[in-house]
Amino acid sequence: MARVNATWFLVVMLGWGNLAPAQGQWSGQLASEARLFADSPAHPGQGAGSLSLVLQPEYYRSWDEGRQSFLFAPFLRLDSRDPERSHGDIRELSWIRASRDWELRLGIRKVFWGVTESQHLVDILNQTDLVENPDGEDKLGQPMVNLALVREWGTLDLFLLPGFRERTFPGIEGRLRPALVVDTDQAVYESSREERRIDAALRWSHYIGPWDLGLSHFHGTSREPRLLPGVNSGGQPVLVPHYDVIHQTGLALQRIAGDWLWKLELIRRSGQDDTFTAAVGGFEYTLVGLRESVVDLGLLLEYSFDDRKDTAPNPFGNDLFLGSRWVFNDVDGTEILAGLFLDLDHHGRLYNLEASRRIGNAWRLSAELRVWQAFPITDPLHAFQADDHLLVELARYF
Amino acid sequence: MRTISVVLLLSLFIPIALAETPEERGLAIAREADHRDQGWGDFSASMTMILRNAQGDESHRQLRVRNLEVEGDGDKTLTIFDEPLDVKGTALLTYSHKTGPDDQWLYLPSLARVKRISSRNKSGPFMGSEFAYEDISSDEVEKYTYRYLRDEVYEGMDCFVMERYPVDPNSGYSRQVVWIDQAEYRPQQVVYYDRKDALLKTLRFRDYRQYLDQYWRADLFLMENHQTGKSTELHWSDQQFRQGLTDRDFDQNSLRRAR
Repeated sequence: MARVNATWFLVVMLGWGNLAPAQGQWSGQLASEARLFADSPAHPGQGAGSLSLVLQPEYYRSWDEGRQSFLFAPFLRLDSRDPERSHGDIRELSWIRASRDWELRLGIRKVFWGVTESQHLVDILNQTDLVENPDGEDKLGQPMVNLALVREWGTLDLFLLPGFRERTFPGIEGRLRPALVVDTDQAVYESSREERRIDAALRWSHYIGPWDLGLSHFHGTSREPRLLPGVNSGGQPVLVPHYDVIHQTGLALQRIAGDWLWKLELIRRSGQDDTFTAAVGGFEYTLVGLRESVVDLGLLLEYSFDDRKDTAPNPFGNDLFLGSRWVFNDVDGTEILAGLFLDLDHHGRLYNLEASRRIGNAWRLSAELRVWQAFPITDPLHAFQADDHLLVELARYF
Repeated sequence: MRTISVVLLLSLFIPIALAETPEERGLAIAREADHRDQGWGDFSASMTMILRNAQGDESHRQLRVRNLEVEGDGDKTLTIFDEPLDVKGTALLTYSHKTGPDDQWLYLPSLARVKRISSRNKSGPFMGSEFAYEDISSDEVEKYTYRYLRDEVYEGMDCFVMERYPVDPNSGYSRQVVWIDQAEYRPQQVVYYDRKDALLKTLRFRDYRQYLDQYWRADLFLMENHQTGKSTELHWSDQQFRQGLTDRDFDQNSLRRAR
């Protein structure tokens, strides 16, 4: 169905595109990535590492004095180890028409809501492309009709979301997966229309002096599935994703005060087992020009709470995130983010280190190191303990 | 009789003129320069930066800038980054204020995320260059206190030379010495002193052009760092005024659309 939608939008877009003067431009990146795991695999079939190639071109064109624009951004990854991780997607295929007090945005798009760093609770429109990275920050393109009303009192965004995208999961040969493989072919939907259900959302956002506010409501198929035990066609035990129809209200709040950024995200979700509340909040404090240098050091602290506690399908029941962000402000744009996730109930720890720098004008080298320690078997992160890894990526931009 | 009355009149005014302190004279020059540059409405341009280190190695930056004049407050600015290519599509929205911190939002296209950022890092380098954020942000009279120093011929032009002292305690400078030509009140050169009052940088403006018969803009800014031996050239092109930009071209919705 997603493919049908994509084709339909493509036809509409090309129709519009023909009316536009030719001043479009291609850009993008081609990257190679190596993932090296410290320990031998916990499950048969998994490898010690993987290599992959990523192509992410982008075509952009604007006309009508910038009031109309078209964006096309396909994505392709080829992975040496996991056929599930070798995948393609259309991240963006959209047309935007902007007017004085409204904007109409049609097509496949990526929309981000939220303010915190350690997890993204409020952000819900786009499905997570989990095979990309276990941090869940990569998203699949979502077909949508989005009308934004731009007024004195803020922006009101109305969304219709036809075509549900299933979450991607690593396959049997992939690392960073639970002991049982998630069998995406058996996905179960609460809605009788399954992935053809049209979801809806609205969001009001505004800024008042030092405050940024966002209040949102989503009604539709949950992007986050419940994973329930099942068997595959070969009789092997697997996990089956169940996609419930939910209501989710979200609040994102941020206040800036000098070098301090105070952040809060809060959600209330019903329709997926018992109604629950989850929150994440904290601060980022920036030490500008550390010791008379040009280096900025950001100190981050965020606390996550989920009133489902240990029954929550995510690992953020009662957790603390401590982080430091080093921005070197040099010619090569060097940045380092070092973080520690601490499970306050069971003392599990996730160490996360991300670093990157530019090489010349068109290359960027990045690395990620992740280490999981002391997560009990009941924690969703326990499954990753054999998957401590170093990821190195070299990207060529064009 | 007539002559006498003129002399009398002059004698009434001259003591007042003489009583003008260097601080008042400096402020008057800054106000006149500001006054002559009012009413431009909106402005857009492309900018190429050439960064050179002490060894002469070069790297390039390419960006586009849109400005909106705001009556009674600082300007609104939208900056779109084209190069280096890994930051292509990143955009920065700034609401500068005459007093107090600016409001700033950064759009990160890879995450489709708008982030509110602290404007306190104004002394930090802009894109790794020798320009600090405060060197390229909107020049408001209220951001400094002034002291007139002397008249001096600079590059063949009669200039006022004055010192200005940043009001913001987060500024990276103790003071700046500014050369302003007397004919058109355009800044010709700025010498920056760091927080310890040591000579830090020199900025020279070259190739001024006049737009709409009133507004002067330099095509070339040359910044030299005397402490590190690094330098940055800033070349402006496609400078356009009064394109009909409005507040709507400087909000978070347009920030997300900017590419």
